[in-house]
Amino acid sequence: MSETSVVIAGFGGQGVLFAGQLLAYAGMENGRFVTWIPSYGPEMRGGTAHCTVIISDRPIGAPTVTRPDIAIVLNQPSFDKYEPLVKPGGLLVVNSSLVTASSLRDDLELALVPADALAEQFGTRQLLNVAALGAMLAKRPLVALTAVDQALRNHLPASKAHLLAANLTVLEKGYAHCVQLPLAQ
Amino acid sequence: MSKQLLKGNVALAEAAIRAGCEAYFGYPITPQTELLEHMARRMIELNRVFLQAESEVAAINMVYGAAVAGTKVMTSSSSPGISLMQEGFSYIAGSNVPVVVIDVMRGGPGLGNIQPSQSDYNQITKSAGHGDFHPIVLAPATVQEAIDLTVLAFDLAETYRTLVIVAADGAIGQMMEPAELPPMRPKREKRPFWALTGAAGRPKNVITSLYLGADNLEALNNQIQDKLALIQGHEVRYDCYRMEDADSVLVAFGTAARVAQTAVDHLRQEGFPVGLLRPITLWPFPERPLRELAQQVDTLLVVEMNAGQMFHDVKEVVGDQAEVYFTGRTGGAIPTPDEIERVVHGLYNYYLDPDYSPVGVLA
Repeated sequence: MSETSVVIAGFGGQGVLFAGQLLAYAGMENGRFVTWIPSYGPEMRGGTAHCTVIISDRPIGAPTVTRPDIAIVLNQPSFDKYEPLVKPGGLLVVNSSLVTASSLRDDLELALVPADALAEQFGTRQLLNVAALGAMLAKRPLVALTAVDQALRNHLPASKAHLLAANLTVLEKGYAHCVQLPLAQ
Repeated sequence: MSKQLLKGNVALAEAAIRAGCEAYFGYPITPQTELLEHMARRMIELNRVFLQAESEVAAINMVYGAAVAGTKVMTSSSSPGISLMQEGFSYIAGSNVPVVVIDVMRGGPGLGNIQPSQSDYNQITKSAGHGDFHPIVLAPATVQEAIDLTVLAFDLAETYRTLVIVAADGAIGQMMEPAELPPMRPKREKRPFWALTGAAGRPKNVITSLYLGADNLEALNNQIQDKLALIQGHEVRYDCYRMEDADSVLVAFGTAARVAQTAVDHLRQEGFPVGLLRPITLWPFPERPLRELAQQVDTLLVVEMNAGQMFHDVKEVVGDQAEVYFTGRTGGAIPTPDEIERVVHGLYNYYLDPDYSPVGVLA
């Protein structure tokens, strides 16, 4: 897949913009073309927020997409909005801690991850974004888990430095929750 | 210098600083506020001038004053703020002083909204204020180009003693992309010879846009027109994408050009020989390349995030050498590659079946 689009959506405050930036940093450090574009404006204050990340082997044209290859939805309104939009054959990562609805679509892959619960168990609840990102990477290794690990080390804001170890753990736990091991022969 | 993941607004600001911007006057407005915020922090750090004015009108007049004193100066705003600055733009043009303005365009008219738009095209390329002049208008399509064109803007402003507007849009301002910043230029020690720096020991300089008497003012206008002709002769910039064997070409700038580029890739996959011409200078407009192109291809489709403004420039240049059509979105909406592809499909169908009416196409 030469170009992959990812939408990350949730409530303002769930860290959707930062999760997208981590993915973009990791892609850039893997030598790929990346764009990150937020929803910006009044909806950011308390309402839903989303960002679109594109990772590609070629220069990227349109930075926004109508139908993403992957959607990570962290709350119910985001599920309602993006579940119908994911491209056929795409991946929908659902924060099952907050979203109870299930997808009726049979043309996409579903990854359920209790992101809030994992974040709370292994760090603090605010790290749910990283848990969901880990879950996505287990299903679609757009970038190596180690690249996101490195992006966290490099770009976690100084005010959150005390949460670095917890971030790394929760990233790993989200990944482990959804990783599929190859079947034994 | 290695690549960093940079937000367009931050990249524009830091590029201006590294190009030698000594003073910034502005007033916050979305979607360019991060630009002003970056300036607020960095200019003070570097012991340069940052001032948040009480309005855009005040800001542009402070910019004018600093420019007259030979300071490398800039402001930034978004569409409604640019409207407020127009009187100042005209005084700056009438005074022949170098100024850089960054316009991160948003949806209009009126207060409109804060979403990306290109609907300032006519306003900034045609006059940008009363009187006969054009600013140089540079339209970046990537964060890297936002950096490169901002540096260029300072150089062009100095070279021609003119107003240069970097015309970005909300998407370029808000987007993050890997980009490389240039090294910091050394501080300028010497003021230009024409600047008002105190006339002790030399004949005094006069900078004004007030010329009573038609002879004087006509002489100024002739001088401005000569300068504009020089700029038209030397500073046209544009980019071509996948033009090989093209019989239809999309014409688009900024974010619309990125969307058009994706549409070109899809259309090429389907076997349609479509290319893209992207004006980088909106003024001076790439007339010669477009005219030459029109002799080689059948159809031009102009794609804009407005109701069809550059469309008229393309049509005027091309005349009846090729068919010129338009598609676009307004109000802060970004066209999708699908929408452009549908219009192109429609145009190809139209040639096969003259009764077919191309939907959404303005002939």
